[in-house]
Amino acid sequence: MTTVNPSNPTTAAAAPEVQELPMAKALNLGLAKALADDPKVLLMGEDIGRLGGVFRVTEGLQAQFGADRVVDTPLAESGIIGTAIGLAMRGYRPVCEIQFDGFIWPGFDQITSQLAKLTNRGGGAFSMPVVIRVPYGGHIGAVEHHQESPEAYFAHTAGLRVVSPSTPNDAYWMMQEAIRSNDPVMFFEPKSRYWPKGPVDFTGSAAPLHASRVVRVGTDVTVLAHGAMVSVLMQAAEIADAEGISLEVIDLRSISPIDYGPIVDSVTKTGRLVVAQEASGFVSVGSEIAATVAERAFYSLQAPVLRVAGFDTPFPPAKLETVFLPDADRVMEAVDRVMAY
Amino acid sequence: MTETPTVQFLSVEGEFAPTESAEEYRSYLDRLSETDLQEFYRKMVVVRRFDGEATNLQRQGQMALWVPSHGQEGAQVGSAYAARPHDHLFPSYREHAVGLVRGIDMLAIVELLRGNTHGGWDPADPTNGNFHGYCLVIGSHSLHATGYAMGLQRDGLVGTGDPEVDAAVLCYFGDGATSQGDVSEAFVFSASSQTPNVFFLQNNQWAISVPVSVQSRVPLYLRSRGFGVPSVQIDGNDVLASYAVTAKALDDARGGGGPQFIEALTYRIGAHTTSDDPTKYRENAEQEFWVKRDPIVRFEKYLRSLGEGDAFFDGVKAEADDFAADIRARTLVLEAPPIGTMFDHVYSEPHPVMTEQKLWLERYESSFQEEQA
Repeated sequence: MTTVNPSNPTTAAAAPEVQELPMAKALNLGLAKALADDPKVLLMGEDIGRLGGVFRVTEGLQAQFGADRVVDTPLAESGIIGTAIGLAMRGYRPVCEIQFDGFIWPGFDQITSQLAKLTNRGGGAFSMPVVIRVPYGGHIGAVEHHQESPEAYFAHTAGLRVVSPSTPNDAYWMMQEAIRSNDPVMFFEPKSRYWPKGPVDFTGSAAPLHASRVVRVGTDVTVLAHGAMVSVLMQAAEIADAEGISLEVIDLRSISPIDYGPIVDSVTKTGRLVVAQEASGFVSVGSEIAATVAERAFYSLQAPVLRVAGFDTPFPPAKLETVFLPDADRVMEAVDRVMAY
Repeated sequence: MTETPTVQFLSVEGEFAPTESAEEYRSYLDRLSETDLQEFYRKMVVVRRFDGEATNLQRQGQMALWVPSHGQEGAQVGSAYAARPHDHLFPSYREHAVGLVRGIDMLAIVELLRGNTHGGWDPADPTNGNFHGYCLVIGSHSLHATGYAMGLQRDGLVGTGDPEVDAAVLCYFGDGATSQGDVSEAFVFSASSQTPNVFFLQNNQWAISVPVSVQSRVPLYLRSRGFGVPSVQIDGNDVLASYAVTAKALDDARGGGGPQFIEALTYRIGAHTTSDDPTKYRENAEQEFWVKRDPIVRFEKYLRSLGEGDAFFDGVKAEADDFAADIRARTLVLEAPPIGTMFDHVYSEPHPVMTEQKLWLERYESSFQEEQA
């Protein structure tokens, strides 16, 4: 697995095909590419057409591709997912936008009981190539239901694939890969990372959709996260560096399935693992990784695997979100604990 | 809002006596030949015999569950016959007669309810007549039917004026389903996109033990109108009404007229499923009322009035017995699927966890064989 430091733009900036873009624009270009490449691709969601989505991720796409392919749907999540399933049965490749993480639940039955299970129910006779885009997570100071991290609910459901990019480059490429997948893909977009710019290499080839990746090499502690939390880990790595502790940072990228190869390799080297996430810790993605790494790297571990997570409370009112959401200091608190063993 | 009287061609006594509201559909009956009428009868009788045989097989331990269709054959056969070969049909899970008309191997339904599969027939296989899979979560398939119709629109298969090209989607559900949000959302989305959908409600009066009066304070056919979906109520035990009204609705939908809603009044003579005991919540008098309105008895009277004789009816009975015997014979030799198959179709593309767990299970199972050896 190649080692890339996404916070260092100089590695790729020399190539003219590389642009500095915010993730929202990278996603927009990835969607546009998919729409242009395959006439069966269509986008569906609330306010995604004329408005371009509440986060403007689909801005301009309806004007470019028409209202039949960038569809402003009625305001009903079950209806969006359910009709996307019917379109997929007809050979289309719908990409649904759920406006905010906390609004996905009216569509939960269609996702878990229908979308996830239909290929299996049909004995493999047909595929369900549907992507569900979910802007997720905190750090945007929003009201209730607008800052949640529900990825574990979907990772628990067989039949779904679950991914989350952390950089504009991954966002551009992973979106296209997700749309090409013949399986349903839950695509969790870290909305707090929509606007910081990063390099997008249009000449590059995508890393496999479900590959995890070492994004900073270190020796003392492996720290791992997906989506927005990866940038928090990079901050923690800088702090740790100043304190003489070397963190190896892994970007999970795929939550289901999880690519354990680089994770186990890293833990075998460092002997210590801290997993971080915005979601509550109880029965979470971090819990699953902690259990699996304990099985697969037991003799390498110098300390228990620690989880740094949101508290097991509802997401708090926005004035308390910085207390709820793990920051670099909370990561370092766990790093200090695993180093103390 | 004015209420529309129920569309009916055949009286309970089997006399051809169209109600006033049936007149606008009368010309659709001109499409039917004598052979078609015989087929209506044949399919209704065969599926009732199949249904009875399957119930017996369940009682004999051959199936975990059976979902009887007894009493609803008129609604199902008439509407299914109204669909053209290139239309698509989305059933709930009691539409055995629709499956028979569209040509699926009826053993597939037995396999599902025996626990061998979760469904398994491929709607894209031409021999299955575009009959999509059973869907057990009440009402959820109404949205799939709507999305499918949105796909037909995008494929340019609606409103071209060419009957060989234009297609529609016929979606079945029951009275309980009308309380589900998904059915309301299907009305919303189909009205919004003016999709070629015909939603066919079999109001069999009971959602397991709960009567229609608990589901709705208004006749169910009025439900869709607030969503902008025109509707009509029919005598669902009159196979001719079911045929004619569905034929018109499908014609209109194929032509680009948007979605339609049909409420067919019928009755579930048997239990909801073989796990149910309708004597705990229904009155005998109600059942007797509906038995007198049996769709098969009524249609037999009509056919006899047209001159059909014993030879035909005896022949159909023998055919139905043969059909049931064949289902029984093939059910008794069904074997459980190989254990590894539970991993094979969870995803369309290779998945490391499926590969790993399938391999683990094979090794685990073979470890017992080694011990025995």
